[in-house]
Amino acid sequence: MAKRDRLSGNEAVAIALRQINPDVFPAFPITPSTEIPQYFASFAADGLVDTEFIPVESEHSSMSAAIGASAAGARSLTATSSCGLAYMWEELYIAASNRLPLALALVNRALSGPININCDHSDSMGARDAGWIQIYAENNQEAYDNMIQAYRISEHRDVRLPIMICQDGFITSHAVENIELLEDCEVKEFVGEYEPENYLLNPECPMAVGPYSITDYYMEAKRNQAEGMKNVPQVVLEVAKEFKEISGREYGLFESYRMEDAERAVVLIGSAAGTTKDAVDRLREQGERVGLIKIRMFRPFPAEEIAKELKEVKAVAVMDRAEGYTNHGGPLGADVMAALFRARSTAHAINIVYGLGGRDVRVEDMEKVFVELKQIINENDAGEMYRYMGIRE
Amino acid sequence: MATDISKLGVKTKWQDLTGGMIIAGAGTSKDFHTGEWANNKPRFIEDKCKQCLLCVPVCPDSSIPVKDKKRGAFDYEHCKGCGICVKACPFGAITMEGVN
Amino acid sequence: MSYNFKEMMNKPERLAPGHRMCAGCGGTIAVRNVLRGLHEGDKAVIGNATGCLEVSTFTYPYTSWEDSYIHNAFENAGATLSGVEGAYKALKKKGKLNETYKFITFGGDGGTYDIGFQSLSGAMERNHDMVYVCYDNGAYMNTGIQRSSATPMYADTTTTPVGSESSGKPQNRKDLAAIIAAHDVPYVAQTTFVQNFKDLHVKSEKAIYTPGAAFLNIMAPCPRGWRYNTPDIMEICRLGVETCYWPLFEVEEGRWTLNYEPKKKLPIEDFLKPQGRFKHLFKKGNEYLIEEFQKEVDRRWDELLFRCSR
Repeated sequence: MAKRDRLSGNEAVAIALRQINPDVFPAFPITPSTEIPQYFASFAADGLVDTEFIPVESEHSSMSAAIGASAAGARSLTATSSCGLAYMWEELYIAASNRLPLALALVNRALSGPININCDHSDSMGARDAGWIQIYAENNQEAYDNMIQAYRISEHRDVRLPIMICQDGFITSHAVENIELLEDCEVKEFVGEYEPENYLLNPECPMAVGPYSITDYYMEAKRNQAEGMKNVPQVVLEVAKEFKEISGREYGLFESYRMEDAERAVVLIGSAAGTTKDAVDRLREQGERVGLIKIRMFRPFPAEEIAKELKEVKAVAVMDRAEGYTNHGGPLGADVMAALFRARSTAHAINIVYGLGGRDVRVEDMEKVFVELKQIINENDAGEMYRYMGIRE
Repeated sequence: MATDISKLGVKTKWQDLTGGMIIAGAGTSKDFHTGEWANNKPRFIEDKCKQCLLCVPVCPDSSIPVKDKKRGAFDYEHCKGCGICVKACPFGAITMEGVN
Repeated sequence: MSYNFKEMMNKPERLAPGHRMCAGCGGTIAVRNVLRGLHEGDKAVIGNATGCLEVSTFTYPYTSWEDSYIHNAFENAGATLSGVEGAYKALKKKGKLNETYKFITFGGDGGTYDIGFQSLSGAMERNHDMVYVCYDNGAYMNTGIQRSSATPMYADTTTTPVGSESSGKPQNRKDLAAIIAAHDVPYVAQTTFVQNFKDLHVKSEKAIYTPGAAFLNIMAPCPRGWRYNTPDIMEICRLGVETCYWPLFEVEEGRWTLNYEPKKKLPIEDFLKPQGRFKHLFKKGNEYLIEEFQKEVDRRWDELLFRCSR
């Protein structure tokens, strides 16, 4: 039986974690993710969870301890944002290459400098090649739902990879929205027990983890790791299907919004999808054939599926909430354009950098993007393919 | 279940490596014979040995096996010939070329 | 705690041969003898900072460890084992584990004094039930003998090379045992390979079985980095202690105890002379450097005596 509530994204994720009752949660505060461990610490203080909450001295240590705990056979996680994620950098790779299931509640925030505490995706985009599964949310409900599904994906025997559950800093983490929560027992049953095959605290058989590997093994080890990633989309879809059965809410690799017969589309990640949906609705009312693809799973990247979804589209704007400093756009732009190229698409595609450091995204801004796409179709020329939105110039 | 490391040679295909490069089990390095590194080998003169075992803890390569509180023959499969045990023996029961 | 030497030597080995440490390495002598402090039947999880010990004792697919083992990275052995120990507590609480496990992590001085210092400090301050063992060979040996904050003054290393304008490392070594003692953890000790390993054994057992965080600092000579005659390691350790360069002490609940006072303190030359890294100190005209070194040893020794007399 679902319970209705009004919660911030951070509070919603913290409640999901209380319901999951993980074994070990090492944490270090950083805005805007701080509230997650803070709420959780009060749950632990009140005996509502059995978790070992370890307030460590840095983000490097929070991820290091989460790795140790996961290798030891415990269900573990941490939470962070921005520079905290950057500080964990090498540990992200180690978690993934050791094939350790664990979760990271990431509240997306701009990377320094200049120091800025507001949302963009430069933190998680920087970690996109670390071997982690990355799942993003548009709103508080999705952040909560994604957290509930996280361990089922991460711990799946065909996957065994760490998972980053991302939401937009302040925009969803601090804004209070209506939300439907599952019952504690429903979550407990859905998530299940963590039963690793090999782990440090296995009294039947010791384990060694974290070897030195000579060149003869290294490349094969990486290929072996990539296989886990290949299995992710199928598992994400299976878990989503089961999740729908208990929640009634539907999830895929991405969400297609009014994409039927669309000739112009926007592809983006995160909270700006809500704003874009409003723009799409307004334009659809005027008879414009526009739509939106909101990426839920960015790593691994559902390239074929997205190209298929964009098959009939004449012009697409890929929106990046992160600079890539490539001189031709951001990371999502690169992935979507590569997907289109591989599918031999003839659509015009532009890449727009937007919303850096919390820069506001308004419905009018998104309407303007669709106008730009219309012009591209009319002129049959994409023009400058690397653009900025909402910049003073 | 312990990993069978005999199946993890340098020609092993990626599909057959252990996930996460973990090794289930312990002490698998016994299969790696560092004794081949040694230029010289210590010689154990059993007659002179008083079984004081002072040579045992000084060995960096766990190559002086002890059973029933008595040391046995050197494990030449692993002994690298460092010569520390020669110096540790108060009774001259271990000798090695170049070590006095 | 009693020490029956033969009983101890009779215990099963917990570090298997076949590792790739250099011939005569002090690091593995330290590890073998620390692990003898574990009671038979007790299980352990061993942590390890990146360094010689790690790359040599777990070269895929060969592990030398008879217990569960985790290497994570260079600077986070303290935090990693914090997580393992947290997992142990959580699994115990949930009734998923009955066995007793002990948690011991090893790091060289690079991974302990320097890059891993924050992680170590955090783990000690949080008082996890674990032992952090530093096998201190006084330089980054794995990368080729670069100076660390554990390197003694005037040592010739590849980043403090002796030259026409340089007499080796200009600074004194950091006193890490005192710094960890200042964390007010239940147990801190410094030791090396002397007295048939009695001192090292007793301290290891105490460190492992004292509830809460413990720290052991073990001088573990490196024949390549120190450039002494490899078979002479035990003599080098003895001289380190007899010259008061490496005193044996322990700090229990804040109480300092000197475990050994040489009958006649030997001059520091005796420790420096057999080591190639100090060869330049014995050149004519450099006598003042040895005097400076002696002064520093004396100052630290007096400070230690004062701490232990309180």
